[in-house]
Amino acid sequence: MPWVRRMAVEQRRWLTAAEFSGMLGLCQFLPGGNVMNVTVALGARFHGAAGAATAFTGLMAAPVVSVIAMGVVYDRYGELPVVRHAFAGLAAAASALVLANALKIAAPLRSMPIGIGIALATFIAIAVLRLPLPPVLPAMAALFTLLMWRSRR
Amino acid sequence: MSDAATLGSPAAVFTQLWLLAFGGTNSVLPEMQHQVVELHPWLTASEFAALFALAQPAPGPNMLVVTLIGWRVAALPGALVTTLGVAGPSSVLTFIGSGLWYRFRDARWRRQVQAGLMPVTAGLVMASAAMLIRTTSTESGTASITIAATVLFLFSRLHPLLVLGAAAAMGATGLLD
Repeated sequence: MPWVRRMAVEQRRWLTAAEFSGMLGLCQFLPGGNVMNVTVALGARFHGAAGAATAFTGLMAAPVVSVIAMGVVYDRYGELPVVRHAFAGLAAAASALVLANALKIAAPLRSMPIGIGIALATFIAIAVLRLPLPPVLPAMAALFTLLMWRSRR
Repeated sequence: MSDAATLGSPAAVFTQLWLLAFGGTNSVLPEMQHQVVELHPWLTASEFAALFALAQPAPGPNMLVVTLIGWRVAALPGALVTTLGVAGPSSVLTFIGSGLWYRFRDARWRRQVQAGLMPVTAGLVMASAAMLIRTTSTESGTASITIAATVLFLFSRLHPLLVLGAAAAMGATGLLD
């Protein structure tokens, strides 16, 4: 994302910083990967559907090929002890990446007790009770909005 | 393994999953694991963690774990179908939504909906982290890697790839288990 921003705003001057932030806001709100959504929105902005399709292909083609190549290598050598051990280390750090991501998202909630409560309740529903995501997501978002609205009155 | 029925199922699973991914890939990992490990036994939990890890250092959007799972289930057609299954619908939604969003960007309800999703996303991503850590921290060595890497990701300016690479190298030495 920082690279997309640098290219679109600073190098190519396709958008101003404020326009980019607005677009990012939309893309964080919509489901799916943020980078992918921003790319599609950028393409659509300048060249409509064709721009969106071109941007999408440009973003995805090389990563898809490289990740499949890595998958092939993993399939072929995954059984070797040294590769298996390397993967244990890599997977441990990849888990840490997600944990760090969670802590960064949660940081602004520090001053918001209701937000902490909702985050905790969501965590328990998914990680401990193993409830399915489709009902939990809208229920928790609605509950939070309701509680915030009541606390302001 | 490339008849329509075999491919239709992973495509449908991922499309449905993706339309719930308001907080990005990291918010839907437990549901994804539930689908591909328990409901449709395509992978084991540790294979899932390995594929997720494999997708992290790869360049590009972090949804690439989906491509890898598709590839694992049905080779190249599987990879293409799952990738388009997740990327297609959300891209179309973005395409349609970007116009509407500009119209409503200052509306109060829009800001409230966005703020309402934030704590839910925090809880969901935390649940994803817990699920992965449960799979990967089988030894004290890998658990300490997770703790050290979390601290580095949060408080150092090291490039994440460097941390991932160092963790893999430490793993390769065999000292972690």
